[in-house]
Amino acid sequence: MNYLADVAALARKDLRLELRARDTLPAMLLFVVSTLVVFHFALPTGADEVAAQGLLWVALVFTALLGLARAWAPEREGGALEGLVLAPCDRSAIWLGKSAAVFVFLGLIELVALPAFAVFFSPLQAEAILGVLLANVGICAVGTLLAAMAAASRTRELILPLLFLPLAIPLVVGGVGASVSTDPGRYLMFLGLYDAVFAILCWASFEYVVSE
Amino acid sequence: MSTSSPNSRVPLVSVPALAALSAALVGAGIVLAFWIAPEDADQGISQKIFYFHVPIALSAYACFGWGAWKALRLLWKGGERYDLESYVAIHQGTIFGALTLATGSIWAKASWNHWWVWDSNQLVLFLVLFLFYSAYFMLRFSIEEGPRRANVSAVYALFGVALIPVSFLAIRLAEDFVHPTTFTRDGPQMTGTMFFAFCVCWLAITVLAYTLYRVELLGKRLDANLRELREILTA
Amino acid sequence: MIAARAVEKRYGPRRALRPLDLELERGGFLVVTGANGSGKTTLLRLVAGLAAPTGGSLDVAAGRGALGYLGHEPLLYRDLTALENLDLYGRLYRVPERRERAGMLLERYGLWEVRAERVASYSRGMTQRLALCRALLHEPELLVLDEPFTALDADGAELLDRQLAELAGTATVLLTTHDPARVEPLATARLALA
Repeated sequence: MNYLADVAALARKDLRLELRARDTLPAMLLFVVSTLVVFHFALPTGADEVAAQGLLWVALVFTALLGLARAWAPEREGGALEGLVLAPCDRSAIWLGKSAAVFVFLGLIELVALPAFAVFFSPLQAEAILGVLLANVGICAVGTLLAAMAAASRTRELILPLLFLPLAIPLVVGGVGASVSTDPGRYLMFLGLYDAVFAILCWASFEYVVSE
Repeated sequence: MSTSSPNSRVPLVSVPALAALSAALVGAGIVLAFWIAPEDADQGISQKIFYFHVPIALSAYACFGWGAWKALRLLWKGGERYDLESYVAIHQGTIFGALTLATGSIWAKASWNHWWVWDSNQLVLFLVLFLFYSAYFMLRFSIEEGPRRANVSAVYALFGVALIPVSFLAIRLAEDFVHPTTFTRDGPQMTGTMFFAFCVCWLAITVLAYTLYRVELLGKRLDANLRELREILTA
Repeated sequence: MIAARAVEKRYGPRRALRPLDLELERGGFLVVTGANGSGKTTLLRLVAGLAAPTGGSLDVAAGRGALGYLGHEPLLYRDLTALENLDLYGRLYRVPERRERAGMLLERYGLWEVRAERVASYSRGMTQRLALCRALLHEPELLVLDEPFTALDADGAELLDRQLAELAGTATVLLTTHDPARVEPLATARLALA
């Protein structure tokens, strides 16, 4: 129970920070809407709805990347990450708290992005939305850990997309499949599998990413 | 020349012996593949690439797996030597991965007149893995040497082997809606001689991969020892 | 409390800390001096558990929850207030009645007036004082302080003097400083790194 309380305290801290600074969320919001508009011009007339569904996923992945690049910024500025690592709480709680906060941010963005997409392009089925939710878990879990790795590197913002995109490919496949396939259940299950495998891997290995 | 230090064990087979063995095996493999094994009825001479393309691909997987195993040992037990061994294994794996893409591309061009075919799940998987492991090097060389770099590299290597089956599944699932131009690409039906040639080539490439791994490891350890010595002498 | 035998730290070929033997009994007060680059910070990070030694052995009898660390960085969230920072750390360190304890420390270190302002607005001396509060919040058995006086203003330094005098004998203290004369009366052991 202490573990969950730690996670909650850490996630609350991130939500409070974002509420105060208000820099990441508006940027992500503007980015995703701008991207959707660009896609309108990028799709030639006669391109089918299915292509547009694929582009939704591109927009989501790159918007998530934008947010993830700043995920560990508060910890970097005052050296607070070391403060968290010194504390007697489980290191994986640090990862879980941060991932939970990123999940909330991404969800808030999608509350705007998905309706915008439905208005600009085509309406979304329930399976598509479920796919988005499941993929969010994977994006947040893996992205948060990779962002911590990138924070340890000299090239920070530059390297995060390189680390993240190959790992995001299965998520895109799952998400697009859930949107356009005649059997979305398979893709939703696959997304669940990805989430399970990588969440466990992240949870177990975060300790090593922040330790020397 | 030995580099005995607390970081290395005395190996079973020496590097020169391995080099000789791999040279012999690769030579035998080439002879078997190009002169002795019969030509495939359907694909003709271009099928010969298969004798090398598949073993190279399998060796790449083996290298990535080996690298991940060493990474796990590093995180589990600690010990600097595992970091170097993991890195060298992944380095070899990436090289063999690049070779897989190259030989696969040649095969595709020879068989179907396209330099790239999306319907070969194997090749697409290698493309994704190649991107993933290329990022490994960018990550590794942007972190200062030390336990942080070793740990982060090790975790990333573990993510790699988790990605292999997940990606493979994803690519299979993607066949549903990413419609490539369909080519028949059934694996060649192999006669007895062809199978024997294939096995020799597989053994040859595997031994070659291991030899290259040992050679690079030797070189890197020597380099690390030299730098340490230099540091002590100038301090 | 601390026992080290031939402990050393290397980053690749670079030696950050040469092999060192060290013993500090419970309640002891060790003052470490040395030129820049001699490994003082590395030694303290090893003791605090922020880094693992690459050679030798190091035993620290205080777990993470009983250890207080003050480094070169304040380890604080710049966009949170003093109260919010201490509340978070109090939660993570399972400090009983953390709000009261935080309030007491803030008052003692002259930060009560600014307790609801963001750390980003503090001066360097104030930030260091808050960092000290953070390190003391959970009443640690072992205090590891890396040049604590450097960033403090005159008032803060006096407060720290008093705090150290109080702690000497009950808590174990390991500190580095460029001004050993200041803490000389409290020291039970001294170590000079080359």
